[in-house]
Amino acid sequence: MADNVTPRVRVPRDATAGEVITIKTLISHQMESGQRKDGDGNLIPRSIINRFVCDFNGQNVIDITMEPAISTNPYFEFQATVPESGTFSFTWYDDDGSVYTDSKDIAVG
Amino acid sequence: MTKTTLKSALAVAALFAGATVAQADESAQLVINGEIEMVTEAPAAAHLEGALTTVYSGWLFRDDATQAIQMDDFDNPGMLYVDQGAEMWATAEGTEGKSCADCHGDASESMVGVSATYPKWNEAAGEVRTVTMQVNDCRESRMGAEPYKYGGDDINALEAYIGFQSRGMPVNVAIDGPAAETWEQGRDLYYTRFGQLELSCASCHEQNYGNYIRADHLSQGQINGFPVYRLKNAGLVSVHNRFRGCIRDTRAETFAVGSPEFVALELYVSSRGNGLSIETPSVRQ
Repeated sequence: MADNVTPRVRVPRDATAGEVITIKTLISHQMESGQRKDGDGNLIPRSIINRFVCDFNGQNVIDITMEPAISTNPYFEFQATVPESGTFSFTWYDDDGSVYTDSKDIAVG
Repeated sequence: MTKTTLKSALAVAALFAGATVAQADESAQLVINGEIEMVTEAPAAAHLEGALTTVYSGWLFRDDATQAIQMDDFDNPGMLYVDQGAEMWATAEGTEGKSCADCHGDASESMVGVSATYPKWNEAAGEVRTVTMQVNDCRESRMGAEPYKYGGDDINALEAYIGFQSRGMPVNVAIDGPAAETWEQGRDLYYTRFGQLELSCASCHEQNYGNYIRADHLSQGQINGFPVYRLKNAGLVSVHNRFRGCIRDTRAETFAVGSPEFVALELYVSSRGNGLSIETPSVRQ
C-alpha cells in the first residue's frame, strides 16, 4: 500500500432542495507515473490511483478514470445537485488494489 | 531587418519594458479560510535602513491561481504535511519511548510563537539554533532517537506542523546580544556575490524584486512561509534547500544544507522579514 494516503473531502453541511453545491476532494498520494527512474537507472514501477467515484444515496454523481500524468495529491472539485437529504460517498481505487473511502452527510431543509 | 522580425523585436522590447515596471500587487489581501488576516506588507525593520523601506511577503509576487491555493486550507496541499507532522508529534520513538507530546504536550499551546522567533540563540549550546537543530537535539539527547536528515521530508513535515502553530503571528527574531555575531555573518553572506554569474542574494531580492528574471517574478526572498509547498516539487521545501537552489543557480558550489553558513543566513534572512506574518505552510510556484 502506498504510504500516507489520507482522503479529505469538503461538502456543505446543509443545502436547499435542488441546490447546486460544490464538492472538493483531495487525497494524498505520490501518483508514481511509471516513467521515472531511480538513482541506479531502474524504472520506478507505476503506482497511481486509477479511478475516483462519488455516489449520492446509491446514485452515481461522478466516475473518473485517472491516468499516470495526473500529479501528486490529486484534487477534484465538482458540482452536484442535491434533491434530498442523504450521504455522499467517495471511493478511490489504487493500482495496488487498495480502496480508500470517505463519506459526508448533507441535510436538505 | 524584415518586417516580421522587427515586429517581434518590438514585442520583446515591450514585454521587457512591461516587466521592469511590474511591482508587487499591493492591493491583494491574504485572508486564509476567509478569517485569518495576514500581514503581507510591513515597514522594514530598523536594521534594513538604506536597503528596504517596506517588506513584502512572497505571496504578493505569485499569480492569482497560486495565491488562491494558499487562501483556503482545504486547497493548500501543505496542510497534508501539517497533518503528517501532527501524527509525528504524538508518535513515541527512540530508546526512551517518548514522543514530542510527552514533554511538550499539546503543540497548539506549547509551540505557539516558536517559529516566529527562530533561529534563536541557545545559551546552553552556545550557538544560534534553527527549529530543525532544536528538534534533532531533542531526539538525540532526550528521546534516544536518530536525528532527522536536515531538510528531509520528515523534519519538513514536523517543522510545518510547528510553524503552523504560529501562523498569523509576526516574525520577530532577535538579532542583538549573543546572536549578533552569527547575524553579521549571515548579512555578509547575503551581500557576497557567488558563482559564475556573480550574483548575491541582494542582486535579485533587494535590488530587483518586482522585476522579472527571465520568466520568474522576483520576490524579496522572504522566508516567513517556510517550509513552503512548492508546486514544482509537489512537496515541502525547507529554507536551506531553497538557499542551496538559489546559490546553485548562480553556478556556484553551494554550502551544505544544515551548514553553519546557512544557519547564519537563515537568521539574517528571517530578520529581514520581521513584522510579516508567519504563513507556514505557504504555497509558491
